[in-house]
Order: sequence, then structure tokens, then C-alpha cells
Amino acid sequence: MTDTLRQEPSLAGHDEGAVVSPEAESGLWSDAWKQLRRRPLFIISGVVIIVLLVMALFPSLFTSVDPTFQVLDRSGEAPNASSWFGRDLFGRDVYARAIYGAGPSLAVGLLASLGTVVVGSLAGLTMGYFRGLTDSVLSRIGEIFAGIPFVLGGIVILTSLNKPGEIVGSTRLIVQVVLTIVLLSWPLAMRIMRAAALASSQQDYVKAARALGAGPLRIMFRHMLPNCLAPVLVYGTIQLGVFIGAEATLSYLGIGLKDPVVSWGVMISEVQARIIQMPHALFFPAAFLVVTVLAFVMMGDALRDALDPRGR
Amino acid sequence: MSDPILSVRDLVKHFPITQGVLFKKTIGQVHAVDGVSFDLHPGETLGVVGESGCGKSTLAQVLMRLEPPTSGTVTFDGEDLFAKSGAALKAWRRDMQIVLQDPYTSLNPRKTVGDIVGEPFEIHPEVAPKGDRRRKVQELLEVVGLNPEHIRRYPHQFSGGQRQRIGIARALALRPRVIVCDEPVSALDVSIQAQVMNLLGELQTEFGLSYVFIAHDLGVVRHLSDRVAVMYLGKIVEIGDSESIYERATHPYTQALLSSVPVPDPSLRGKREVIRLTGDVPSPADPPSGCRFRTRCPKAEAICAEQEPPLVAGESSDHPSACHFAEVRQVLPVA
Repeated sequence: MTDTLRQEPSLAGHDEGAVVSPEAESGLWSDAWKQLRRRPLFIISGVVIIVLLVMALFPSLFTSVDPTFQVLDRSGEAPNASSWFGRDLFGRDVYARAIYGAGPSLAVGLLASLGTVVVGSLAGLTMGYFRGLTDSVLSRIGEIFAGIPFVLGGIVILTSLNKPGEIVGSTRLIVQVVLTIVLLSWPLAMRIMRAAALASSQQDYVKAARALGAGPLRIMFRHMLPNCLAPVLVYGTIQLGVFIGAEATLSYLGIGLKDPVVSWGVMISEVQARIIQMPHALFFPAAFLVVTVLAFVMMGDALRDALDPRGR
Repeated sequence: MSDPILSVRDLVKHFPITQGVLFKKTIGQVHAVDGVSFDLHPGETLGVVGESGCGKSTLAQVLMRLEPPTSGTVTFDGEDLFAKSGAALKAWRRDMQIVLQDPYTSLNPRKTVGDIVGEPFEIHPEVAPKGDRRRKVQELLEVVGLNPEHIRRYPHQFSGGQRQRIGIARALALRPRVIVCDEPVSALDVSIQAQVMNLLGELQTEFGLSYVFIAHDLGVVRHLSDRVAVMYLGKIVEIGDSESIYERATHPYTQALLSSVPVPDPSLRGKREVIRLTGDVPSPADPPSGCRFRTRCPKAEAICAEQEPPLVAGESSDHPSACHFAEVRQVLPVA
């Protein structure tokens, strides 16, 4: 066999020296990025997410008020010039609390979504590729976790991790809450990924890759994953809001984040008995939550579209 | 004649039919490929023809080691194919490649053409050094008649025929010696079919390729095949060089297939004999006793149900034909 395939093109109707610009290094992700940069949906959601992240990391840039400082005689005050978002039952500034709540809320929401999607996708991909026994065993394991009611599972996991009355640092608690949510929610992401992966693994392009000698990892991550990502991505971005809410559920039961840590979920659950008297204390954290979820859903949509070359 | 590059002996592939969710019980076997033997010589094209469900594609899958065989042997260049594993298997894949039937699903929609055609080099990095790959991919695109500047396009931006050319370029990348073409033109327009067939023919001369060319009608494989094997329900019913199959077919199934090939010459139209087969192909899960074609054969007699006709050349047939009543019958009109 010779090294070069042929010297002169005879079948192609054009001349030699196929000139392609040097910047032509391409791929799905770089093409997607080029397209995303021009999408208003992506830019808007990106800006919102960046603002939220800055808020989460440096809350003191946005407010100088201590979110835990109580002024009991101003309890339930409506929004006014000195406290823009009003005050809650204990007379704390709702604006400051909403700002300081961004950190824990985003940490829980983002990490839990990421964890759920990563764990679920890995499991789903493996099942879709190997099928058979792997599929059955992982399916049953998933069903065990999916079968545990969320609140019950949360109580069991968090109370067995922390003894009653034990003082737990906020970082450790956030990690525990995230792990609890991931542990109880990954089967959903797994099922979505598995369905897509089962379909994808039967496609001819997977056959062609196997015929070329591609290994399981290459097939799963280079061929199947890009074609299966869209539904899980959408699921993950929607779940972000659900998980922020789930964190509130755990807090309400006294096993999630506690004072002095503030989160939007904690704020919403605190005020739920007094919605009529102080609607502002519900409205503002809920609005922050809605904007966050919306931004991530938009980001997920933009990403999904950009990763589908057929839509371009 | 030189030694065969690919030698298939008594290849069998059965798919179990299972029932039950937790405790799977095998309740039957689909006899997809049931005792197929043939040789493929270097530079030769073997056409494999048969109707849908006769096991042609399964044969291709087993030959490519995408499906494990039930029994039988395949030797590639004198080495047992099914004994290969690990590095030897991977090295062999450089020698034998496949072009798949459907150009719409055989290319990953999320990869650029450059990535698709370049993937063989990524999997077998020893074939081309990294800096060389882009040039090689463009050469390949040019070889199959595509614009090398389209390296960054995605499959959906091409037509069916162009996509099939991309699939051929990918199969060609590792400079294989044998290419299995699994109905490469069945999904294409007739006018495009001819172009792709011509391309395959040119590549064969240029690179000295051997083809196992699977198709579902005899017309398609005619001008490319040196030899033709006709399959029915997992078995080869007739095999021989092109000329003897097209001009002196002795098996009634081959004759029926031949009579369905369109005649391009209008003056001969209507002059040929049309053999119409009645009924459907029997289920490969429960093939008929004796000769598998007997249920639809116009010549079937009692012996056909009792004895399976061997695939041998006889007095009435100069090439192997599995029929008790093999006889030459002029089906295609002579111009």
C-alpha cells in the first residue's frame, strides 16, 4: 500500500490544493459556541446568571445590611424607602436576606442539578450501551432510589448523617443536602438518558464506529452522548428550581439549612403561614427564584439548540 | 487462482426468541444465517442477493464481527477471524470495513464531515500522524468526489448520494482490503445509485479492493459483481460467476429474481418471461422442512419437503445450485 491515496483528483470537479482557512479547527462544541455568542436568549440568560453568581459569591457588594439583624418593632413592614423589599416577621430586611440567600440557594440548585444530571447520564449511557444485565441491574437499583418518598428519604439520610442537636457548619450542610437530593433524584435523569441512549445505540453510526474498532468509551461519549444530551439538559435546567424548593422542604422539617444561613427556600417556607399579612416577604424571594430558574431554562434551551447542527 | 482473502465456512447465526421479563426463556430461534459458505478472492466482488429478511444484513454484521456467530468459521487471509481479540481484532479492522445501507443514519448528525471521515485515524493513530490527518481527510473526500472544502459541514447539509460518499470515504480511510457493502445504494435514487456504483467500481480498480456487495435485486449488482450468491431464508441457494448466474441460472428462485429485473431495452419489453412468486417468505423462526424454497416454488414435489437439496454443481448446472430440479431456463431476453 502506498502512503498517499492519489496524486491528482479525477473524480472531483474542482482543482487541487483544497484551501481551507486555518481557523477552520471545528467541532460540535466550538461551532455551538460560535452560534451561542449571537443568540439574544443566551446573552440575556448569561448576564442574569453572571449577576446571580456575583451576588452569591460577594453578597456584600449588593447590600450593607446584616440579613440576620432583627428589628422586632418593624416586624412585617411593607416595602419602603429604608427597606426596599420590606421586612419579615422578625423585622429582618427582606432585600438583604434575598441577596444573602442567593449563595446557598444557587449552590444547592446548581450542584444538585449537576450531580443528578451527571450521575443519571453516566448510568443511563452505560445502560443504553451495554443493555442486558447491566441495564436490568442498574434499572432495579434506580427503582429502589426512585421508590423512596423524597421527604422520608431526606429525613432518613440527613438525620443519620447528623445527630439531633449537633451543630453543623453551613458548607457541610449544603453538601449533605445536595447529596441527599442527588441520591433521591438521579433515577429520573437516568431514565431520560437511558431512553435516548437505547435509541442512539441502535443507530447505524454506532455500528460504523464499532466496525472501525472504537471502544465503549469513545462510542458512549463521542457518539451517543451528544445525541442524547438534549432531553437531560432540559430536565436538568427545570429541576434546578425544583431542587431549590426541595431544599426549602428540608429546611422546613428542620433537617436542611438553618439560621443563620439564609436561602430563598428558607425564606419562602418561613412566611407561608403569613402570606396575607406580609405578601412582600413571599414575593421577593419567589421572584428571585423564578428569575433564576427562567435564566437557567433559557440557557438550557439555547444550549440544546446550539448543539443540534440541523437547526442552524 | 490466488488464495481467498476471505473464506466463510458453514456460518450460522441464530437469534434466540425469548419470552418473560425476569426469567427469560428461549422459545425459539430465528435462523437468520444458516450454513453459509463462500470464498472471496483479492480484487473480486461477490454480490450477495436476496429479498428482505433473507439474512444478508446479518451476514454482513457477523462478517464485520458486530454480532457474534452461532457457529461456523471465517478465515481472513488465512487467520481465524473469530479467534481474534483485543489488539489483533483492532488491527484486523483496518483491513476490513463496511459501508452501511442508510446514509441518513450511518453518519452521526452532530459530527462534522471532517470528524466523521477523520475518526478512523483517531481510533488507529498509527495510520496517520496527527498533523497529517486533515490533509488525508481532504484527500479522501476528493477521492469519493466530494468538495474537500466541505470538511466543516454537517451530514444534514448533504444529499443522500453525497452522504453515502462520506460513508464510503470513512470506510476507505484505513485503506482496507475488503469492504462489505451492505445495500449501499438501496436508499438512493436510481440516478444516484449508478453514480455510487461507478464510484465503488473505480475505487476497486484503484485500490485493489475486494467487495462483498449485498443488494436486494440482481439488477444492481450485475455490472459490479464477478460472482453472485443468491440467498433465501439464511441459505445460499445458488452461487456462481456473474455470467452463469445471469445467463444460465438453474435455481427457480434465482430465475424468479431475474425475471423481476427491469429490462432497459424498450424493444425487448414484454418479451421476457415473468415468473411470479406467490405467498410470503416463510418465517425464519420456523423454516420449511427440506428445501426452504419449496413453499413458493413452482417446481416443488414431494422430495423437496423431505430432502434438503445440497448446494452442488450437477449435470444440469455448471455451478452450485441447491435445487433437486435444477435446470437452465432463459429468463432474460437476449438482445
